[in-house]
Amino acid sequence: MNDTVISAKNLSLTFETNDGPVHALKDINLDIAKGEFVSFIGPSGCGKTTFLRCMADLETPTGGEITVNGVTPREARKSRAYGYVFQAAGLYPWRTIGGNIRLPLEIMGYSKEDQAKRVQQVLELVELDGFDRKFPWQLSGGMQQRASIARALAFDADILLMDEPFGALDEIVRDHLNEQLLALWARTEKTIGFVTHSIPEAVYLSTKIVVMSPRPGRIADVIESTLPKERPLEIRDTPEFIEIAHRVRDGLREGHADG
Amino acid sequence: MIWIVFVLVFWAAAWRVNIVLTAQKPNRFNAFAVPALFGITLLLLWEGFVRGFGISPVLLPAPSAIAVTFSQNLPVLWGDFVQTFVKGALSGYIIGCGAAILVAVAVDRSPFLQRGLLPVGNFVAALPIIGLAPIMVMWFGFDWQSKAAVVVAMVFFPVLVNTVQGLQASDAMQRDLMRTYAASYPQALMKLRLPAAMPFIFNGLKIATTLALIGAIVAEFFGSPIKGMGFRISTEVGRLALDMVWAEIAVAAIAGSAFYGLVALLEKGVTFWHPSQRG
Repeated sequence: MNDTVISAKNLSLTFETNDGPVHALKDINLDIAKGEFVSFIGPSGCGKTTFLRCMADLETPTGGEITVNGVTPREARKSRAYGYVFQAAGLYPWRTIGGNIRLPLEIMGYSKEDQAKRVQQVLELVELDGFDRKFPWQLSGGMQQRASIARALAFDADILLMDEPFGALDEIVRDHLNEQLLALWARTEKTIGFVTHSIPEAVYLSTKIVVMSPRPGRIADVIESTLPKERPLEIRDTPEFIEIAHRVRDGLREGHADG
Repeated sequence: MIWIVFVLVFWAAAWRVNIVLTAQKPNRFNAFAVPALFGITLLLLWEGFVRGFGISPVLLPAPSAIAVTFSQNLPVLWGDFVQTFVKGALSGYIIGCGAAILVAVAVDRSPFLQRGLLPVGNFVAALPIIGLAPIMVMWFGFDWQSKAAVVVAMVFFPVLVNTVQGLQASDAMQRDLMRTYAASYPQALMKLRLPAAMPFIFNGLKIATTLALIGAIVAEFFGSPIKGMGFRISTEVGRLALDMVWAEIAVAAIAGSAFYGLVALLEKGVTFWHPSQRG
């Protein structure tokens, strides 16, 4: 664990609102190594999404330091270092599924043949092959979210940032997508930052779980997962899994008690 | 008397048929038949009352008389249509709407223009066309150019306001997405902002179709060559040839509806993805 991809040192972000300053993030210290799957979990208002947005240069920190691939988030964004998956699929309704996945490729200037090849590749990756001519509104919510993941995977970014991508989906679809995401991570060896508020989801997916607590948003605990890389869904019934989930729950409760 | 009895009976019968038709499940046939029957009844009522009560053609000519005048004056009506609609209204519409969309993009980019230009546009839109038209005739001459200028002034503002609003219609997440791709301003404009603005832009374009026709006709009242729909209406009224006036109105109604329909059709093609068009 030496090559650090994302590094935050004393990172703080304060929003000035009409009701006074809100400390969304306070003194965050965290290193994420290459190839890690890191989950951020905590109650709403703990700053997990804000932290992810800081990495993506969608928010600007007011204190401390953060680097992505050794440079500032802004430079990382300009060099297209990451793919970002939002809470909602956010597909453009005037483009087909294929057209939506092609969007970042068009912007980044990939050649026409390369575009077609990559669209086909990622559609297969998220099991949506054959749907490239459909429009987003013709697909279910789960399929739309899979398309938005495909869109983030289509270009060569080593980092994948996901902000509660499965939050709005039912549990069965969610389980299925979690499995697929793990398989995808194993195949692509990307570094993944994943925001969630589901304990089982965080434990099932992650190599590292960052438990956060609100007011001010800070890190309450960092748990290195001892689960093997190969994870069938049944692993969620093993004592080891339950043990880690327990630790996460304790961390959340503690953060809440003094919050 | 026989005419009045006839149309009243026809009216009652058509009413009855339409009640039966609307009670049925909607299909292609009655979607067309119900309004068609309604229109035919209206025309027949008009014809019957004019004949039955012997109304003077100066007050209200019968539809059949208007149709006869229409068919006997096709070359004149065509010439007027080309002069007023194609040269005056259409060219003004294209120039005005095109300029409005370009200015809207500039206004959207610059807060300074937004504060400076929008109030000026508002002011111009508030100017009455009756006052504007003679000035334009002085500036651009009697021919279609002055009519086009009036049309430009009329259609500019509604299209501008709608486009400016439309350019702000994309939501924060869609814009964040463009940011994560490090998209340039023109890329974000072409691939996100303009497509998202299309439903709004077409709203303005549809409003502008009727405004363009009104502007071009009214502007001719203040000076024109000896052709054009507005010219014909004002001169034929003077000669008490009201059937010709009605024939021009028919031309205006047909042209206006067709123009609106064409833009609406174009809208359906471009904004097929919008919930209001998916149907």
